Amino acid sequence: MTEPGTMPTYIGMPSFPGAARTAVADSQLRRNLTHATTAIRVKRQRVVSELDDWEELRQAGKAIKDHTLANLETYLLRLEESVTRAGGHVHWARDAAEANAIVTAIAASKHADKVVKVKSMATQETGLNEALAENGISAIETDLAELIVQLGDDRPSHILVPAIHKNRAEIGELFRRTMADAPADLSDDPAQLAAAARAHLRQEFLNAKVGISGANFAVADSGSLVVVESEGNGRMCLTLPETLISVVGVEKVLPKWRDLEVFLALLPRSSTAERMNPYTTIWSGVTPGDGPREFHLVLLDNGRTATLADDTGRQALRCIRCSACLNVCPVYERTGGHAYGSPYPGPIGAILSPQLRGITSPIDASLPYASSLCGACYEVCPVAINIPEALVHLRAKAVETQKHYAERSILTLSAYVLRSPRRLAAAQRAASWGRLVVGRGGRIRRLPPPLSAWTDTRDAPAPPAESFRAWWKRTHKSTPAGASGGTDDTGGAAR
Amino acid sequence: MAGQYRAGVGLSGNVPIMRIGLFVTCLTDTLYPETGKAVVALLERLGHHVDFPSAQSCCGQMHFNTGYRREAVPMARGFVGAFRDYEAIVTPSASCAAMVHEYYPALAEADGDPGFARGVEEITPRVRDLATFLTDVLGVTDVGAYFPHRVTYHPTCHSLRMMHVGDAPYRLLKEVRGLELADLPDATTCCGFGGTFALKNPDVSAAMCADKVAAIRQTGAEVVVAGDNSCLMQIGGTLSRLRAGVRAMHLAEILASTGGAA
Repeated sequence: MTEPGTMPTYIGMPSFPGAARTAVADSQLRRNLTHATTAIRVKRQRVVSELDDWEELRQAGKAIKDHTLANLETYLLRLEESVTRAGGHVHWARDAAEANAIVTAIAASKHADKVVKVKSMATQETGLNEALAENGISAIETDLAELIVQLGDDRPSHILVPAIHKNRAEIGELFRRTMADAPADLSDDPAQLAAAARAHLRQEFLNAKVGISGANFAVADSGSLVVVESEGNGRMCLTLPETLISVVGVEKVLPKWRDLEVFLALLPRSSTAERMNPYTTIWSGVTPGDGPREFHLVLLDNGRTATLADDTGRQALRCIRCSACLNVCPVYERTGGHAYGSPYPGPIGAILSPQLRGITSPIDASLPYASSLCGACYEVCPVAINIPEALVHLRAKAVETQKHYAERSILTLSAYVLRSPRRLAAAQRAASWGRLVVGRGGRIRRLPPPLSAWTDTRDAPAPPAESFRAWWKRTHKSTPAGASGGTDDTGGAAR
Repeated sequence: MAGQYRAGVGLSGNVPIMRIGLFVTCLTDTLYPETGKAVVALLERLGHHVDFPSAQSCCGQMHFNTGYRREAVPMARGFVGAFRDYEAIVTPSASCAAMVHEYYPALAEADGDPGFARGVEEITPRVRDLATFLTDVLGVTDVGAYFPHRVTYHPTCHSLRMMHVGDAPYRLLKEVRGLELADLPDATTCCGFGGTFALKNPDVSAAMCADKVAAIRQTGAEVVVAGDNSCLMQIGGTLSRLRAGVRAMHLAEILASTGGAA
């Protein structure tokens, strides 16, 4: 099971820079994103700084995840055993198609033409709703934001707040247009909008025979699944239908019940910026007379074991989907999630999607470059994923797999110049002459491609009459060449 | 006031006179020589001896961060060769210093040459960015500078999150005579430079800088200062394109400035 997984690469998806260009120009989107991410950033900072052992918690979260990933087979088999013992059924899905087929077959065996869904990243990843629809089963998203996305025939743009790109006026308009049972006088007031969605969903909960969820955590020793949420819709889906199917990525397993102590402290503060989330639902198999009568756990690989094989890239599997990295990312704040062409947007998406899917499409080859490497994501990550390190690592992989001849020749040539002090000095002299052609008042207003990408929005400095190196040589006669005699070219250091 | 700093006196707390290797960086060498001259003037004024080992060229960060690791290796070797014998290696770029600290060990390990790896291991702890070299190694915050202007400081991402310079630049700026330091809103947000990011994602890069520049203008400062010429090229280039009337300057140039007094 080490093949890359499959995940919807949205049809006709341009590479990141192209999609970002459109997003950056959307003034409403920019305002919505800045408003939402700023608010949650500030709140998160406040609740995190309340804990003086945050860094210890963070390191504990990292250590537990790393230990689990290093012994994944052991813990998955233990989880299977515990869930089975508790009366659940465990299924193994190599990829998205297998997972969807398993879920569809179970739902069809219950003669369900409708299923209710808890917000789930794993089923976004597998494209489950589309697969169910092909088999005549409609999936009702019950998370408020997912419902907004579904009603608008839209795509989620944030891991935690899928409709972050919409403001209340846009949502009000959408509800009035698409929700048949919405009150005629529905306003844009958030409380009224939530009440309309609540009334709309209540009947669906009561009628549904099958509920579908993901899980935030799966505890190997007790066979417990955990869903952390804010709205209570998840609790309805997890308890009312007769049959519950949970699609869970294999990296969600935790060894022990006690490990939840760490993660239930890390997750709410990092995601919704709350000390504790309103609803935490935990279930182990089935309990007669209480909740679903049948429980199916679908364990999903879909590129995860392939990711696990990469020493540097595997840290992405520690992710607990809190989305703190999205909220602090200056790139995400200006593009929103759609530009990332995957259910996983933002910094974590930029390292997760190319690994789960493999670097084969233009979008996946461009995602590792969708970052200024500012490091704000790493700073807030509750499981200390060094996202910049993983991005740079994946860039090296993208260079190996993609044939960017023009870029390669520019970088090879520049490396040839830059690794040699003598050639660098010669280039500096040439640039200094060039300033007479292009520089005006010390500034260059326009350069040819690919440097026009710079001068389209920024002036460039004109090269000075004399480089630092030339100045030093002129003013300091007896300059040491360097410790090892400073041979030209490679410096001849260590060999 | 600046007159009290005389060459050779070593007015750096109790630190003995050091032989410092200046790692000027290819960008500053080529496009911003005044920054390099300022570092030399400043460190000499504090009584230290500064060398510019001419075997240095580029640390390889641009190639490494763009995914061209193989191309970065000879540059890293060149760096180690040029600076191996210096007790202190000081650079006006926390980003290039961070390249050495964070990625040279991995680069050397992948290369498999034990001599190169040993060189990296020896050299890394001695590579410092200018600000913390002054505050932590030399133990000075008042460097005898005079700069009578309203200034705002942009903490660059790599200085903040990779080199962890903390408040060192602020402490240095606060001691500059005549300087009025204005708080920059959302200071720790990236300016959008990001190396080749600025060319590969020009729209996002420009959008980020538009917000950075808006924050800078809000301060009413006439000068924005930072510890890295790469970020300053982005911010300064945008300010210049907008004819904003705000200048971008390197921290070294402000700290070296004595307003004409010796």
